[in-house]
Formats: sequence, C-alpha cells, structure tokens
Amino acid sequence: MAVLEIRNLHASVDRKEILKGVTLTAKTGEIHSIMGPNGSGKSTLALAIAGHPRYKITKGEVLLDGENVLEMTPDERARKGLFLAFQHPVEIPGVSISKFLFNAYAALHANNGSSAAKDFPALLKKSLEGVGLGEDFSKRALNAGFSGGEKKRNEVLQLRMLKPKIALLDEIDSGLDIDALKTVAKVVKIQADETGIIVITHYQRILKHLNPDFVHIMVDGRIVKSGKHELAAQLEEKGYVQLLKEMGIDYNEKEGA
Amino acid sequence: MAGGAIAEIDRTQYDFHTKEKLAVKFDEGLSEKTVREISTYKKEPKWMLELRLKAFQEFLRRPIPTWGADLSGINFDEIAYYASPAIERKARSWEDVPAEIKETFEKLGVPEAERKYLAGSIGQFKSEAVYHNLKKEWEQKGVIFTDMDTALREHEELVKKHFMRIVPFTDNKLAALHYSVWSGGSFLFVPKGVKVEQPFQNYFRMNSGREGMFEHTLIVIEDGARARYLEGCSAPRYEEASVHSAVIEISIGENADAGYSSVQNWSKNIYNMNTKRAVVGKNGRMSWIDGSLGSKVTMLYPMSILKGEGASTSNYNMTFSTEGSWKDTGAKVVHAAPYTTSKVVAKSISMNGGNATYRGLLRINPGAKYAKSHVQCDALILDDISRTDTYPHNEIYETTASFGHEASVGRISDDQVFYLMNRGLKESEAKSMIVLGFLDEVLKEIPFEYAVEFNRLVKLEFSRLGAVG
Repeated sequence: MAVLEIRNLHASVDRKEILKGVTLTAKTGEIHSIMGPNGSGKSTLALAIAGHPRYKITKGEVLLDGENVLEMTPDERARKGLFLAFQHPVEIPGVSISKFLFNAYAALHANNGSSAAKDFPALLKKSLEGVGLGEDFSKRALNAGFSGGEKKRNEVLQLRMLKPKIALLDEIDSGLDIDALKTVAKVVKIQADETGIIVITHYQRILKHLNPDFVHIMVDGRIVKSGKHELAAQLEEKGYVQLLKEMGIDYNEKEGA
Repeated sequence: MAGGAIAEIDRTQYDFHTKEKLAVKFDEGLSEKTVREISTYKKEPKWMLELRLKAFQEFLRRPIPTWGADLSGINFDEIAYYASPAIERKARSWEDVPAEIKETFEKLGVPEAERKYLAGSIGQFKSEAVYHNLKKEWEQKGVIFTDMDTALREHEELVKKHFMRIVPFTDNKLAALHYSVWSGGSFLFVPKGVKVEQPFQNYFRMNSGREGMFEHTLIVIEDGARARYLEGCSAPRYEEASVHSAVIEISIGENADAGYSSVQNWSKNIYNMNTKRAVVGKNGRMSWIDGSLGSKVTMLYPMSILKGEGASTSNYNMTFSTEGSWKDTGAKVVHAAPYTTSKVVAKSISMNGGNATYRGLLRINPGAKYAKSHVQCDALILDDISRTDTYPHNEIYETTASFGHEASVGRISDDQVFYLMNRGLKESEAKSMIVLGFLDEVLKEIPFEYAVEFNRLVKLEFSRLGAVG
C-alpha cells in the first residue's frame, strides 16, 4: 500500500504564487479527481509534484510512503513510483516509443529481480492491445505528429507499462472521442488496483466511467471542497459559481480565470 | 536543467600511442626535394613523379583558403610528410603484421570486424598500408582491392586510366598538397556486373604529432556492378597540429551502385581536409555517408556529379562539434543530365563552444530536364556558447527541375528532458536519447558497427553531466 501525502503545498511560477496551501492524501486503490475552473492551479499541482524546474516550492511537503519527494530529482521521483500523464506530451523526434519505453521500463524495474529484456516484449504487446493500439504504434517516434487522441492513449500506455505507485493524470480525457474515452477510462480503472490515481479534469464525463472515490474542487490554489462522486454531478449541473455560492465559498469567475 | 559543464568526448579507446619502428621518415617541411624523395623511395613510374611535381607548384602558388574554418594553426613546414613503418612486406594475414602494430588494430577492433562482415580489409598505419586482404571469392571474380601503392605497381595501366580523372590537383590548395605527397589509400576495382554485398574497409591510423596523412582512394565500379566501402579514422592526441588531406575519387558506371561511408574520430590536434568526389553514369547510384566526430577542423563537402541520365545520389552527413572544434561540412551535387535525382540530409550538433557550419552547393545545369533535388539541414545547438551556421548555395538553370530546401536550428527543450526524466531516465540519459533521436535519420543509414560506436560516444559525452540543479 503506497501513500502520497501533500501537505500545505505552496508553489510559484516566475515569482507568482499559484498554489496557496494544497493538502491531499491518496493511497493505492483510490481514485481521486481534482476539478476546478481554468487557472485554479490543477496542472501546477501535478507538475510541481513531479518536479518540473519551472515550479518553485515555497512551502509545504510532499511525502511518498513517508519520504520527502521534494528533495528528489524528477527521475528519482519516477523511480520511487511517481508518474505524471501530461496534459501536453512533448514531441521527441527520432526516438521510437518501444526504445523509449524499454529504457524507462529498465530504469524503473531494473532492481525488481525481473529481467527487463525478457519481460518487456510481451508486456508491450499486451499493453498496446489494452489501450486499443496496434503493434506498429510502438515503432513511431514519441508523440511526433500524433493526434490529440493518440497522445493521450500513449500516456495511458505508459501508465500501464510502468505501473507507478501514484499516478497524476492531467486532462487525460481531453481530445478523446467517446469510444477512446471509454477505453482510456477502462485501462485507468484496471490500473487503479495497484496504483493510487489522481485525475485532473474539467469534465464529469470521464468520471462517470471512473467512478472516483473522492472528488476535490480546487479554486485559486487551494482545495476548497472535497466529497464523494456526487460532488462531480452537482458541479456538472450547477457550474462552479453557483455551487460554490451555495456552499458559502467566496468565488467569482473573473478571479479564477 | 539545461547546461552544465560538458567535457569533450571520451576518446580513451583511441588515445593510446604505439611504439613504432620506422623504416624511413623524411625531414619535416615540404620542398621539391621531399616530393622527389617520396617518389624515388616508392620506386614510382615517371608519370607519377611528374604529376607530383606539377601539383607541388600548384600548392606553392595557391593561398591558404580563408573562406571557411580557421586554418591559421597549420604550419606546413613542421609536418612530417612521409613516414613508413618498418615492415618487410604487406601482410596478408594479421599474424604477419608486426606485433605492436597488430595490437593497435586489435584495440580498434579491425581484425574482428573483418572476420565478421567484410569482403576485404586494409589497415594503414601512418603513410603506408601494413595489411591487406581480399576474400578469395571476389578475387576470382576480378575484383581488385589493395592499397594504392601496390595498385600502382601491380595494375599501373588501370590506375593511370583513372587516377586524378575526377579530382584534379587544381581543385584546391589541399588537393594540390595531397597530390604532391600522397601515400597509401585504397584501390577498389569492381568489374562489370559483379555485385559485392559485404563491404570493403580501410582503417587509417595516425600515430604521432606533426604528422601528415595523405591517402588516395580510387574506387571504380564498372557498369552494372555494386560495392560498399567503409573507412574508419583515428589517432592518439598530441599538442602539435597534424594534417589529414585525403582525396577520394569514385567512378560509377551505367546501372552501377556505389556506397562510401566514413566515420572519423581524429584527435583534437588534427586538421582534416578532404576532397571526395564521385561521377555517376546513366541510372547509376552513389550514396555518401559521413560521420564526423573528432578533429580540430574538418572541411569536407563530398560531391556527386550526376553525369548520366537517371543517375541519383544521396548524401547523409552528421557532425558533432565540441570545444575547440570546427566542422565546416556539407554536400555538393551537380545535376548534369535529365531525370537525375539527389537527396542531401545534414545533421549537426554543436555544444560546449563547438562550431558547426553547413556549406552546400546544388547546381542543376540547363538541359537537366526534370531533375529533382531535396536538401535538408538540421542543426541542434546545445548551449549559448556554441555556434551553428548554414550557407546553402543553389544554382538552378533548368525550368523543369524541382528543388526543395529545408533548414532548421533547434535546441533541446527543458520540457523534453523533463518528460523523459518523469519516466525514470537520468538527465544525461534523457539528453543523449534526444540527441540520438535527432540524428536517427542519418544514424540508421550508417553501417551497423559504426552506428553502435556513434551511439556509445554520444552516451559517454552526456554521462559526464553532473546531477540536476
């Protein structure tokens, strides 16, 4: 059982404070969803936890199984079991998915007593099938010229292959058609058996498939409300302004946008 | 995350010096006397001596070129122009090669490569070949593969017919120098219709400072024939400048197919300035692949003259420039007949103060109807103290011709590095993966053994990066 504890996290970009005290705990087997209006700091939270150099942590802690993640380099965090599915995966021309994934798999699972070279081909084949991609897909250069949907499937493919302890999925549902959305949600759901999942999204539609255990609403760099799945449905129905007003939380759209 | 001190390529594999016994080494500096002595020592025919003397006059007459890389560090009076290792005769078996020289080539992996995948192999140590071997099968089919000096003795008429027909000594100052003092190199002759799938290789090894290496390679692929030729070059590191100036001439008949691949990893004291040129007959094909890792200065613009209708050429060029190194390279293509096609792909990496220049010429002559050409040059520049320049020169005189040119200059982005690190790769691994990806289009054209070598060197370079800041 892995536990990610985010405690009073503050982070800034170019000296502008974006995260103003986020606290959240996620465990293996749980699916959390973070929702919030544009600019509320959802992506910043994901990138700051993963260790992107642009984001400066000014206060707070992030612990993975009790270890301080913030002192680690991004690759050390990955090797400890943290994974981020990017909202905008970058293109890396000339590097095939299979070559990249083999290296990543070997880096993450080298000390598990399993041989990467032996296990990898079968795992790749199975994982490709699982996300609805053909074998030829792994010969393509990483994200180069991919459609929005292909990029997202590729992120989920990596989630399946790398089997992290905790995965942050940043808008994994954007750019997907209905069928692709179902496939992606199904794979994430299966992975949740061995991974703690935090899904960042604008929309309820993926949550219908995922049925998250917890829904958090983030506004202006803080989680202002946490609840069960019903919270997402209420949000869909009423929108941020009205729902937050009903809950007695001070929010106006301009401030958040 | 970007930046950090990056040391030069780890060349320890090459950086060993062999204790050598020399049969002869002429005094440093160049004079008519030296030129005559080289020819006399080699017992050459008179026509070759005359050619050398004419070339020497041309060398004296021409100024040092100033339009490209900085050549001011060369002192032509300090170079030893000819040095021959003490060998009784050229060995046909590695067992007969003097132990210390054999050891050199063993360390470079040459005999192993020969056993595994070569049709024929030559090893040149300083000015002379010390070893050559051609598999029986090909010898019986009339293939000739030997060092150039032996070829001149044993196949004089054939050599005379082709020598200096493609690159004249008037071509440039370094070519004039080359023809004055040339020694060694390969002669490959593949007769009509003979197709050799295994490559031929010559490995060139310099061994001291202030040395000159001027090998001449002549490749004749007759009508309907096919062959691949590979070259590897290395030297240990010295403080004093050395000069390498080769001339490569390749003649390709009708429907013939030739490939030339060269990967050089000269040490940082070497000025590497070569003239390489091919003339391609009707429906013939020429493929150039050049990888340039080492040297202080490299100036190299392999050229294809597409003389026959339907002739084609491809030129893949890859350079790696780091501190104190200037790679001024490119490709030249002349379309001189209808329906000729050419493709140029050049990739350069500059880092740690290195300087990479692409300099190309594309000419489509009047009457070269429906000629097609595509030139692509991409530069990857890894920091703010390095430099990259592109000077394409295109002359299109034929209205039915089609021509495309693409150029790009890029950097490794922090987001790319972060993406890969988020998947568990170290910063150095992430960067070398991005660089190798950038080179992939050219790397996959390079013969396997050399590509592996290139991969290894790029990874070594990046593994020296410190921890992430």
